[in-house]
Amino acid sequence: MTTLNRADFVRLGSVFTGSLVLGVGANGCSNQSGGAPHAPVAPETGGFKPSAWLVVHPDEKVTIFVAKSEMGQGVATGMPTILADELDIPFENVLVEFAPAATAYQDPQFHLQITGGSTSTASSWMLLRRAGASARAMLVAAAAKQWGVEASTLTTKAGSVIDSKNNRTATYGSLTGAAASVPVPTKPTLKTRDQFTLIGKVNKRIDTPLKVNGTAKYGIDVRVPGMKFASILFPPVFGAKVKSFDASKAKRVKGVIDVVQVPSGVAVIADNSWAAFQGKDALTVEYDEGPFANASTESLKTRYLKLASEGAGAIPAVERGSKSVTGTRLEALYFGLPAAHATMEPMNATASVTSGGVEIWAPTQVQTLAQASAAKLAGVPIGKVQVHTTYLGGGFGRRLYVDFTDDAVAVSKAIKAPVQVIWTREDDIQHDWYKPMAANAVSGVLDRNGNLVAMRHTVVMDSIFKGLGFPLPASGVDAVSMDSVMNSQYEIPNYQAYYINPNSGVPAGSLRAPGANWNNFVMETFIDELAHAAGKDALAFRLALLKKNARAKTVLETVGKNASWGSPARGTKQGIAFGFWNGTPAATIAEVSMSGNTPRVHRAFVVADVGIAVNPTIVRQQLEGATNYGLSMALASKITIEKGAVQEHNFYDFLVLRIDQAPEIHVDVLENAGSPSGIGEIATILIGPAVANAVYSINGKRARIMPLSEAYAA
Amino acid sequence: MISLTINGERHSLDVPDDMPLLWAIRDVVGLTGTKFGCGVAQCGCCTVHVGDDAVRSCVTTVASVAGKSITTIEALGTPEQPHPLQQAWIEEEVPQCGYCQSGQLMAISGLLKKNPHPTSADLAKSITNICRCGTYDRIRKAVAAATGGGQTS
Repeated sequence: MTTLNRADFVRLGSVFTGSLVLGVGANGCSNQSGGAPHAPVAPETGGFKPSAWLVVHPDEKVTIFVAKSEMGQGVATGMPTILADELDIPFENVLVEFAPAATAYQDPQFHLQITGGSTSTASSWMLLRRAGASARAMLVAAAAKQWGVEASTLTTKAGSVIDSKNNRTATYGSLTGAAASVPVPTKPTLKTRDQFTLIGKVNKRIDTPLKVNGTAKYGIDVRVPGMKFASILFPPVFGAKVKSFDASKAKRVKGVIDVVQVPSGVAVIADNSWAAFQGKDALTVEYDEGPFANASTESLKTRYLKLASEGAGAIPAVERGSKSVTGTRLEALYFGLPAAHATMEPMNATASVTSGGVEIWAPTQVQTLAQASAAKLAGVPIGKVQVHTTYLGGGFGRRLYVDFTDDAVAVSKAIKAPVQVIWTREDDIQHDWYKPMAANAVSGVLDRNGNLVAMRHTVVMDSIFKGLGFPLPASGVDAVSMDSVMNSQYEIPNYQAYYINPNSGVPAGSLRAPGANWNNFVMETFIDELAHAAGKDALAFRLALLKKNARAKTVLETVGKNASWGSPARGTKQGIAFGFWNGTPAATIAEVSMSGNTPRVHRAFVVADVGIAVNPTIVRQQLEGATNYGLSMALASKITIEKGAVQEHNFYDFLVLRIDQAPEIHVDVLENAGSPSGIGEIATILIGPAVANAVYSINGKRARIMPLSEAYAA
Repeated sequence: MISLTINGERHSLDVPDDMPLLWAIRDVVGLTGTKFGCGVAQCGCCTVHVGDDAVRSCVTTVASVAGKSITTIEALGTPEQPHPLQQAWIEEEVPQCGYCQSGQLMAISGLLKKNPHPTSADLAKSITNICRCGTYDRIRKAVAAATGGGQTS
């Protein structure tokens, strides 16, 4: 549980790049909470708990445990929907609880309790169906035994077992006692798609009412008896260490209780958050700045562009066909600036370290790693660390890191009291695990008929995988940093892709559709350029490269139809982009005009083939939201570095989309596969290139840099 | 001691005059529906009403609102009688992570007191609250539904 082996890495890597065939081997119905320090137990009311996933209560309510983190993507609704459908209960009977960190709740693919890569629904799909079907079979068996009939003569409906021959019914709640002694079936019968009563039909979210009246509890809302608040002054330069500090002024701030050094910096402990912030501002600290102190965006950019254009140290990731194809050759060099996640809820966690162990309350995406790291910091066995997951005020990959939970554990250990460590927005912007800086060199060759016959693509980007704490494979290729290049869906006969890891010293992170959120911008603007050079329609040009990919073709044809491709709204031009993320092909058409040097997106049409939409409303929300998240990144979000430190501070200089810039978004959801695929990230990678391609149609300028605020400036 | 009237209830607080209202509400009074997002009046997560005005509580000192009537998200509506915007937020399924929505609802309900039928252009001009989940299009639809609008520009 603490260490990841190569097999885990391979699993995680292939899921993040979307190339794994989704299969679930875990047994969702065995009564295994083994090793779980705090597995849920059936309440004293006599509930029936056939597995770690659910408790059927005598009052007909069913508690379903959600092992994924609810960060807006809807798992708190979607996961229970899947289980409840197979259990055959009305959705109104569902109660939801977030699962604690425990072996039973680890993802069947990752062998970690983790939420990321748009994998939750796909990887839990069979697991939760089996858990629901298994419990249903046990309830049916209990009724059969009571009535002295064969289980095969009974059916279920809306939370009751029905004996239609003898005209009697028994509610699940009335069977909880009897069902507990029924053996767990090994192969429960699953519903067929046409038998689903909730999947594809539930369009409400269980958390919406709590999120409009202020009662949803996020990490920052955790209140524990005796709890203090703390804020940490982190060294501004990446890799710097605290040499010495003077806390005398900080300690004079009303409300400040103590100042202690922790591994990440100097912590000010106070009786409220504001006093802690004030105390932090009053600290005087000297640092050992380390080797990154002279780094700047300009120096890094020069190095990245040189690496990309010269290819020094490039590792082959894909080498297909010939490397020396002749024809009309186009080349381009791209540069992307880093970006921060900027979740609305700043990083925070609450921890209580005592001699008995550690308790953590946190908005985390990675319970297993937070637990393991806390155990190490506190010097206790993993089984002595409890992790309670709250609602997450946004995740986007930021909360896959344990820095903020570690902070809370370290401070609580130092002061021997429960504490909430809260980051300011400035801390959040300046100490992120960023969408990495990147430089890409790309070339393409058109034959005399204007067909794309060869492409070569070199990516210079820090290893996102390494930042997550996982080892790179022996090849040295980071499949996450190479996403959308390594696994491009385009059927280009001669195709080479290379990876260069610049090891820049800037923390490289997993940010919504990591790797792809940059690489697909390069791919899709360059494909557009090739289409124009070939004198072909940009949509038709893409279709010709996806001949064997029926789902992708349908997506493109549908988006073209929905947006009336070729007939933009008056005063606008259209741009198109295609992409693929964890099993989901999707495309966006943007209608754009220019306001000075700034693109204004009026409408965005998004089409995605999600296989099966468990909750169609949530799928739409995700495609809409990811479009706006991607648009923020494309238009203006950027992180720059001077003297080894981030120059942006807060939302006045780290710019994100507000309602005045938000387009009207039209989403169409296709379901042309047998199981659900990822929905949380795909639309992020489409809007940027779609906008840039539209701008080209307006002013003839090709963007070679992201964000676009850097591209069209005079 | 500073006296604050929050959601009709009086609280006497032993806090510095310059403490931002946000932290008095969250960490001292203990109402956590009002959120911290930026601390510099940029994102609007901390929006509350002071009298009829929507204000950013992260830059409003407690001394400046002593004795005034302060309303937070907890009192925007009741379970039996939600504010029309809260009802519309549920019907249109606006929230994703939900963290910014207290502020969105307080900011827009404040706007409605002055402009009961805001158009999309009005929202673009008056509402600067940030939502990183990107729920803006649904916010526009929900506002139109709640205000009997449907007028989108």
